[in-house]
Amino acid sequence: MQRSKNDVWVGLFVLIGGAAMLFLALKSANLLTLSFDTSYRITAKFDNIGGLKPRAAVKSAGVVVGRVENITFDDKSYQASVHLAMESRYAFPKDSSLKILTSGLLGEQYIGVEAGGDEKNLAAGDVIKQTQSAVVLESLISQFLYSKAADSSSGSGAAPPSGTPEKK
Amino acid sequence: MSPYSPVRMLSNLGFGTRSQLAELGHAARLMSRLLALTGPALARFGLVRDQIFFLGNYSLAIITVSGLFVGFVLGLQGYYTLQRYGSSEALGLLVALSLVRELGPVVTALLFAGRAGTSLTAEIGLMKAGEQLSAMEMMAVDPVRRILAPRFWGGVIAMPLLAAVFSAVGIIGGWVVGVVMIGVDAGSFWSQMQAGVDVWRDVGNGVVKSFVFGVTVTFVALHQGFEAQPTPEGVSRATTRTVVVASLAVLGLDFLLTAWMFSL
Repeated sequence: MQRSKNDVWVGLFVLIGGAAMLFLALKSANLLTLSFDTSYRITAKFDNIGGLKPRAAVKSAGVVVGRVENITFDDKSYQASVHLAMESRYAFPKDSSLKILTSGLLGEQYIGVEAGGDEKNLAAGDVIKQTQSAVVLESLISQFLYSKAADSSSGSGAAPPSGTPEKK
Repeated sequence: MSPYSPVRMLSNLGFGTRSQLAELGHAARLMSRLLALTGPALARFGLVRDQIFFLGNYSLAIITVSGLFVGFVLGLQGYYTLQRYGSSEALGLLVALSLVRELGPVVTALLFAGRAGTSLTAEIGLMKAGEQLSAMEMMAVDPVRRILAPRFWGGVIAMPLLAAVFSAVGIIGGWVVGVVMIGVDAGSFWSQMQAGVDVWRDVGNGVVKSFVFGVTVTFVALHQGFEAQPTPEGVSRATTRTVVVASLAVLGLDFLLTAWMFSL
């Protein structure tokens, strides 16, 4: 094939385009921290997942240790079953508990892992039942209003335990 | 018969529908021929290389400058909106996502239609008007194979590269305005961006989009040129139609692709 001076310029153009794609992949999307590690899947049952979405982070002590893979509804227990892909290099005791937390006041929701004390570790396919649902703002407000109303109707200074709505 | 009689209007409607259908069929046949000529076109890569040079390298300047200014504007406007909610650290995420997912492929395709598509249409239309295409056929050279296919692949290869350059330069533009000029924290600018942009779902789908737009714009330009009336007026009309049809096709396809890709 004959060579022409266009070769150089086209090569340069392709190089610039490739560099731009590399920049997008590495600098803006952070391909390097994309874990190619193996992961193990566990399932967690939540009463209410709030605004949790697939690909949300699973964090323990603030460190990302896994991702939410998908979320389905279990029509036997009427709970949400959340499938988590946990990184294989992190092991957690079998009786660890999960919480749905929110980063910041309006941030996105993630799952927090609190390690338990069991000697055996979680393995693939395990189901975690010790969970704490997402805080739903509406129920929080209604709890607060009920306890206020109960406070003023009983008239005594002793507040009833919060969260137990009393009939007037 | 008066031109407004019902029979005449009905026959005009029928004629219009038929000619539109015929054009669609012709376009589909040209597309299938171009796709069938993938191998021979890429085998004579010298022709494709010259087209990449003509369509890609010469568009690089306009793409870079537009990307930079779009990035500047995104940085300013994004900061203005985000700081109302006290989350100006998310500026990097906003700039990167809007560029990689939408603005990069779409604006590049629109500029590409204006910069490269029109020149393709005019070139091929003039070749047709000068009866060069007929002359090639007389010499048993297939004009689709020799003229259209290299241009098609040149455009299809150049477009995703241009879109990537646009997005990358735009992100740098957003960084210049947000971090250097306004003073958003550089660490959170990049870390929020890296936490929120996914390589395959966002960057990968943006590349797929720009590839589809490259096929669309280049094909519309080639088809309009190939179908142009072989007169000066016909070539000018074909050039105008290239910009109109390609822009509308890009915007419509963008909606469909976005709905299909990011429907989660």
